[in-house]
Amino acid sequence: MEAAPPKILDDRAQWLRANLFSSPLNSALTILILVALALVVPKILSWALFNAVFAPDPQACRAAKGACWGFIVEKFRLMTFGTYPYEQQWRPLAVTILLLSLIGATMNLRLWGRRLWITWAICVPLMWILMRGGSIRIPWVLISGALVLTGLIGLARNIGFRDWRFISTLVLLLAGVYRFASSGVFDYPLFLATGMPLVETDKWGGLPLTLILSANGIVFSFPLAVALALGRRSELPVIRALSVGYIEIVRGVPLITVLFMASLMIPLFLPSGITVDKLLRAQIGFILFAAAYEAEVIRGGLQAVPKGQYEAADALGLSYWNKMGLIVLPQALKVVIPPMVNTFIGFFKDTSLVIIIGLFDLLGAVRLASSDVEWRIFYVEGLVFVALVYFAFCYTMAVYARRLETHLNVTTGR
Amino acid sequence: MTVVSEPKGASPPRRRSFYDKDVQAIVWQAVFLCVVVAIGWFLYRNTMQNLAARNIKTGFDFLGSEAGFEIGETLIAYSPAANYTRALAVGFLNTLQVAIIGIVLATLLGIAVGIGSLSKNWLVAKLTAGYIHFLRNIPVLLQIVLWYTILISERFLPGPRQAEAFLGIFATQRGVYFPVPQAHAGWTAALVGFLLAAVALTLMSRWNAQRREDTGTARSLFLPGVALLMGVPFLAWALNGAPTAIDWPTLRGFNLSGGARITPEFAAVLFGLTVYTSAFIGEIVRSGIMAVPKGQTEAARALGLKPSVILRKVILPQAMRVIVPPLTSQYLNLTKNSSLSVAVGYPDLVNVANTTINQTGQAIEGVTIIMIVYLVTSLATSAFMNWYNERIALVER
Amino acid sequence: MLKRSLIAVATATLALGICTTANAGSRLDAVKARGQLVCGVNTGLAGFALADSTGKWTGIDVDLCRAIAASMFGDAEKVRYVPLNTQQRFTALQTGEVDILSRNTTWTLTRDTQQGLNFAATLYYDGQGFMVAKKLGVKSAKELDGAAVCVQPGTTTELNLADYFRANNMKFKPVVIENLQEVNAAFFAGRCDVLTTDASGLAAILTKDAPNKGADHVILPELISKEPLGPAVAQGDEQWIDIVRWTIFALLEAEEYGISSTNVEQLAKDTTNPNIARILGKTPGMGKAIGLPEDWVVRAVKAVGNYGQMWDRHIKPLGLPRGLNNLWNKGGLMYAPPIR
Repeated sequence: MEAAPPKILDDRAQWLRANLFSSPLNSALTILILVALALVVPKILSWALFNAVFAPDPQACRAAKGACWGFIVEKFRLMTFGTYPYEQQWRPLAVTILLLSLIGATMNLRLWGRRLWITWAICVPLMWILMRGGSIRIPWVLISGALVLTGLIGLARNIGFRDWRFISTLVLLLAGVYRFASSGVFDYPLFLATGMPLVETDKWGGLPLTLILSANGIVFSFPLAVALALGRRSELPVIRALSVGYIEIVRGVPLITVLFMASLMIPLFLPSGITVDKLLRAQIGFILFAAAYEAEVIRGGLQAVPKGQYEAADALGLSYWNKMGLIVLPQALKVVIPPMVNTFIGFFKDTSLVIIIGLFDLLGAVRLASSDVEWRIFYVEGLVFVALVYFAFCYTMAVYARRLETHLNVTTGR
Repeated sequence: MTVVSEPKGASPPRRRSFYDKDVQAIVWQAVFLCVVVAIGWFLYRNTMQNLAARNIKTGFDFLGSEAGFEIGETLIAYSPAANYTRALAVGFLNTLQVAIIGIVLATLLGIAVGIGSLSKNWLVAKLTAGYIHFLRNIPVLLQIVLWYTILISERFLPGPRQAEAFLGIFATQRGVYFPVPQAHAGWTAALVGFLLAAVALTLMSRWNAQRREDTGTARSLFLPGVALLMGVPFLAWALNGAPTAIDWPTLRGFNLSGGARITPEFAAVLFGLTVYTSAFIGEIVRSGIMAVPKGQTEAARALGLKPSVILRKVILPQAMRVIVPPLTSQYLNLTKNSSLSVAVGYPDLVNVANTTINQTGQAIEGVTIIMIVYLVTSLATSAFMNWYNERIALVER
Repeated sequence: MLKRSLIAVATATLALGICTTANAGSRLDAVKARGQLVCGVNTGLAGFALADSTGKWTGIDVDLCRAIAASMFGDAEKVRYVPLNTQQRFTALQTGEVDILSRNTTWTLTRDTQQGLNFAATLYYDGQGFMVAKKLGVKSAKELDGAAVCVQPGTTTELNLADYFRANNMKFKPVVIENLQEVNAAFFAGRCDVLTTDASGLAAILTKDAPNKGADHVILPELISKEPLGPAVAQGDEQWIDIVRWTIFALLEAEEYGISSTNVEQLAKDTTNPNIARILGKTPGMGKAIGLPEDWVVRAVKAVGNYGQMWDRHIKPLGLPRGLNNLWNKGGLMYAPPIR
């Protein structure tokens, strides 16, 4: 390059010389690659395009030399929505659109705020209701659980004993515990008829299932992850040890064992008579797994917050929760947004593992579609289709993460 | 309701002590520990009650009883008459086999791709960057299943009876069969000779490095090294009868027999893991090299070093310090992802344990075994990589 | 501090108190309270349990669940089907996720004792067979030395296979894949020479899943094992297993006495045969004894027909002979103890 001849060359030639033929070695490499491409690309193109069949006709597919994209045309609905009843498929479609637009909105940092989180909090149960339909019975367990949780949160904050808020949370807590203890789990005080036919979770499938599993997994694992990260950085030895133990054990085993455990063992862990839905069990397994990985990412963020910030908060006499909630976490979480998005991409890909415990996610739905004897040998095309769908989602998120990183680096100015 | 009335009786002096930081710390920890222990005990008790109520057998006695099922690929002697412990050991060795080969291949491929993505050659840079971006965004399970489907499909590969040999190698739906030297003492001797030569070479390079430290001069070990590694095995082979018989794969009955064989299950898992992980390693290597200050390259160039020497002796050693920690987690990921073998029927640990669970009905014990084995493997790998990391960190002066 | 820790302790104690209040009671009561039978079935095997595109399940295993639901609730539709793979089936039953496992499961000693299962009766006498491609030219299982065999893990099939080859001094290479569809796909793609499972399953696969409508493949004559397939329930509930067991016996008795879905109501009104009168509840007593309404058999037979009708509907289309599954007085093994 440094010995470029002082000729006036046209831009294109100059570019070629600089980028493809800068040295003998590079020239050789370029030629080698071009030859290889010339050999391989036409073959791939003729398989994927020129000799491919796009009509849903298995006979034509068998006769042709190329790919059979007709398989995807024929089974598109089954691949997208799994075994969800055909005439009810507007429901998963609505859920998919809802989720995608929510995720899209969340990608816009300017929309971040209380309103967005409340929308999420409303939409998550709404999605389950829309997908499931039928009449929703809300057991005491949930209501009591909510009451107990509110009570515990109240206790965790430093409220004076004579404060009315303390008394009321205590009453809530006791009411919750009392109700829970005396009711038995099969009592359902609230009854909500949706007017839509009931669709059990074992019929859910395809893209909506993949999206639901990953979106719920990410949303619900996040608080647990924050707690674990704080626990791991805590000065209290017991809490630190428990957090470290949890994180390291979960990160040390493959996801598939966590899913096995969730699918085979959760029922054994619970009192007899209580059963948890298969999908919900996988979801719980997912949340517990994702939390450990996210916790490590958040820990990185906590470590990145300058020590002065902690000390300043201490100097102001803030309580632990105020210090973390108001000073440290907002800064830490902002730093970890880009690596967090990368972690989310990983979980999105990992949802494909639920096929092993018998759920029909995107991959499972394609396998189901290919169990039709007419189309079975075109399973490969189905898999390529799913691969492209996954790629489209993951690559979009990855590009987003990279842009976010640049953006945040500029705005924080550090 | 009596509990509610009690807070009224709280006496002020005690309250201060409660807000004392140390006291609070102990109380919170005690409460937290109580909750965790209570939850653990609750789950344990339920499990025990459930197992007892349904008369389900517990314990690890089954490990000693006859497994009764056949395993497709084994590295150690195994028959259905062997016990479950041996079956699980076979599975674990298969896991190790695919993980170790996968790690080696993924590292080589990943380094090549990572360096390639920084190449000045536009074509190389774009192709490798495309490789990285495309393959890391497709789930590894999907890649494994896709490979498997292609490898066993009659659309892409012939059956064992239709297959034609190319240089004695058969590529069929049942796997790739290739010729290997027939078992003979000469080959064993050659292998031993090679190992001995490698050990000798390592010692020599140590000694050479010491000499460079002391005297500042050192001879190149390249030629003697090649001579040693080629010569000693050749001599050992020649002195032990110089066997030349080759075991060729031939069609016998239903299948090809003879030679060595790579099954589609193993190949699918290995390809899937290698390709997926190499995309990640490529990205790690790329950012590791980018992290080396530009001045280092410029200084090396000013000294008149060749580009290949700059890469090998200046850039990579420094980049390694950035690369090793994330590389470690990729190795661990690859090992853990090898558990996806269960989807295509490669008999790894999870696959064999899964069969064990189904045959004995003892899910808790089975899952526990898998978890413990993976935990120990993960910890051992981290320990080794930490040791390696410390070693290369010491190079810094 | 004292107050707070007191409260914490009280909370914990109360919270732990909850687990003792959860009480499942008897399975029959739980099913009645739920108003629905939860039935674990195969993920998809023609003749036994297969869901069509609208999610409607059919098959002989499904019919048993329908019969039980009919005799309990008078409505054969009050069943929820939970498709289970080989890995999940026993756990689902052990943990009470399903009330009954009606999933072509082989009755063996260890399953009946150590694994927390109780088999009610045999619904189908089967045996393990082999399927091969016709072009291999194999006529007998004894010629299979050196073959690659596709098999599902965690089944008795997997164990019998190893036993059979060991006993005959032959070798084989197993290809073990968890998912039924993928095992079939691997076999028909040519990954294995042989596919092995229960003969009925092979027949179902040959009619439903084989290319060219099964013209290229053949099932070998040998059956290498005994596979009594039947429904199982969790151990520890005698009344519930009685209901499952005697529903099967009632369906067999119905066939024996010529009671079918078309004439059952007629017979229930004006039969003079004392046996039929007892079975159909015209002479009361049997229903009370088992804990069901007196017309339980009438309801069941009206919903699914007698055993022979079930067979003709689901198994006959697969091209399988009745063979061992004929009634005892027609040369088969189906022998129900008397309902009296």
